Formats: sequence, structure tokens, C-alpha cells
Amino acid sequence: MSLRNPSSFLNPLLFFVIAISLFPLAIGPESHTLSNIAPGIVWVTCMLSVLLSLNALFHYDYDNGVLEQMVISHHSLPLILLAKTIAHWLLTGLPIILLSPLLGMTLFLDAESIYVLMLTLLLATPSLSLIGAIGASLIVGIKNSGMLLSLLTFPLYIPILIFATSAVSQSQFNLPINGQLYFLTSILLISLMTSPFVSAIALKTSLD
Amino acid sequence: MSKLIVSDLTCQRGYNELFSNISFELNSGEILKISGANGSGKTSLLKILAGLNSAESGKLSINNNKVGSYDYQSDIFYLGHLPALSPELHCKENLDYLTQLSISSSNQALDEALTNVGLKNFEYVYAAHLSAGQKRRVVLSALFITQAKVWLLDEPFTALDADGINVIETQITKHCDDGGICVLTTHQKSNLHGLKTLTL
Repeated sequence: MSLRNPSSFLNPLLFFVIAISLFPLAIGPESHTLSNIAPGIVWVTCMLSVLLSLNALFHYDYDNGVLEQMVISHHSLPLILLAKTIAHWLLTGLPIILLSPLLGMTLFLDAESIYVLMLTLLLATPSLSLIGAIGASLIVGIKNSGMLLSLLTFPLYIPILIFATSAVSQSQFNLPINGQLYFLTSILLISLMTSPFVSAIALKTSLD
Repeated sequence: MSKLIVSDLTCQRGYNELFSNISFELNSGEILKISGANGSGKTSLLKILAGLNSAESGKLSINNNKVGSYDYQSDIFYLGHLPALSPELHCKENLDYLTQLSISSSNQALDEALTNVGLKNFEYVYAAHLSAGQKRRVVLSALFITQAKVWLLDEPFTALDADGINVIETQITKHCDDGGICVLTTHQKSNLHGLKTLTL
């Protein structure tokens, strides 16, 4: 459905591309400095752009009353929310993963690190959407809640940020990264199992 | 036969008690009109009946199924103040989505429902481009598809013209003749027969 309203998913994506391509201009085209800070740049911008898109996750459905119909439907609400979250990931997380090699190259990342970067993005962007869904369902119905949403979700994003960036930087020094990948996977599994249920409860409370 | 039982329902919003200890029973074929001044809790009562809001105290059930249960939720069709349409989807998709949330419906049924409410050539018009009355008609066309036994309609006639009101009233009468139950709020004079009234 967001495909019909391209600005809702193109804006965060454009933000991601523009923000990253500004770094080489601002810092200067030294390959060594840039490749050192590249994992941080890509991951922080990725998180910010996911956060930008989260507001739209339930907001429009709430405004036009479709959300009410979802809540009172006899279908399982967590399942509906999981479907919505997956759709959200397909339009934000997936394009980011697909664009990341190109942007990695502008930051002088080597092939091996780009591969690891994509792997961490693949493992962790679904968690970003899932955890974000909890935050978005808590603030649904509150006007101008962008700030509140960031306050709610960023603390939960920080472990992902730490493990993902350390995986990419360690791979630049050919160090093992299994530990970080295991952590990212377990965060993904935990959020996949809990997020739909927690969002469903949060949504019901926000609508009440 | 279906039976909607409401007993001792109390609703509180903030520090205000909107209504307390409301009890009524509706059997197959009955229509209940909830009337009352603005802000008396008509919408809140319907939302509680739909399972959207929770009541302070009291019980409600359809055929002994409690609110929130699978059977209860599949027996109700609720229509609120909001249009329940996504502007990015065209009429038919909206109707399909709205009804898919309760039952699955055939392509033909969707076309017929839209024809019934006078939107024959509007199937592929985006909801964003419709007038308020036309939006209302799209949502109300779901009444021609839904299999739910209990209809909860909050101001269904708002923005409708005389002809539209007539179509919907006929459909409500037909539904209740077939053994359905309808609870509605309206400020308009209605020509529905055998109307019970509850004043808040």
C-alpha cells in the first residue's frame, strides 16, 4: 500500500543515501579515515532512516479508522501486525541492504567488510522494524510524537548498533565475528517472537 | 437464533461517568436505536460492544460468547465515525480489505455490493478522490457482504443523501428479517420498523 504513496518510503531511503554520501565530502576523501568510521556511519544513518519511517507504520491506519477494524477483527491481531511489520521491512530494510554495497564503496570499505556489513544489515534491520513496531504502537494516537518515539526505541536499538558496528570493524582487521553475529541473530529471534504480541497489547491499550 | 446480552455495563472516561448499569437483551430480528445528547456516551457504548474499548464493569456476550473471543468478534460488524478507508487504495480494494478482515468475499460479490450502493463505475477510483458521502457508501456496501450477525453502526446515515439512507435502511431491515441484530446511533429520523430505543 505504501507503494502507492512513494514518499512514505522514498524519503527515509533518500535520507540514508544523502546522509552517507555527505560524509566523504565533509571529512575529506582519505580512504583510511573513511573506511575506519564507515561501519558507524552506515549503521547510525540506517537507524535514523528506519526511525524516520516508523511514524508512518500505524499513523495513517489510525487516522482513517482502518486500525480499529484490524483490532476488532476476529483474526489474530499479532499476526496482522507481523504482516504489517514485514511489509515495513520490505520497503525500508531491504532497500537499505541492497544499497549498502554501493554506499560502502564510497566509504572505501573493502569487499570482505561490505559482505559483513550486508550480513549485519540483513540480520538486524528486521529487528529494527520489529522493535520499532512496539514503539510505534505505543505512541499511536498521540500528536507530534516523533520525539517520544525516538526516546522509546533508541535505547532498544543500541545493543544492535554496538554488535553490528563491532562486527564490521573487526572484520576489517580479519578478526572473528561469530560472536557478534550470534548476538544479532538472537536479538532478531527474540524480537520476532515477542514484538507482535507486545505491539498488539500496546495497540489495544492506545486505542482504548 | 442469536442473542446479545448486555448486563450492568458502566463506562467511565477520565473522571466522568458516562453511563452506569445499562442492561438490555436483543434477540434475532431486533433493532436498537441508541439515542442521547452529544457526549452522552453513544459512541463509547458502541465501541465497548465492538470490543474496542473496555467497560469499567459489566458483562456482554453474544450467544454466551464473551467479548474478545474469536466467536464474538466474528459475529460483529462495527462501523465507527472514521471512514475506515485507505486513501491510497481504490474502492474495490478498500471494500475487499474491509471485508477480508471478517470474511473472504468473491470478486463478483464486491462488484455487486458497490453497485447496490450506487457506485457502479467507481470500483477503481481511489478513495482519496471520493466525496464524504461516497466514502460512506463504500464502507456501508460492506453490509451487503458481511456475514456478521450483529451490526453496530455509529451514525451510519451521516453524509448520505435520501436515496442512500433508503438503500441502507432497506438492507438493515432485510438483515433483521433474516435473523440479524442491529444496534445503531443516529440523530436523523428513521423509517425503520420495530425500532427499540435506549436513551442514555
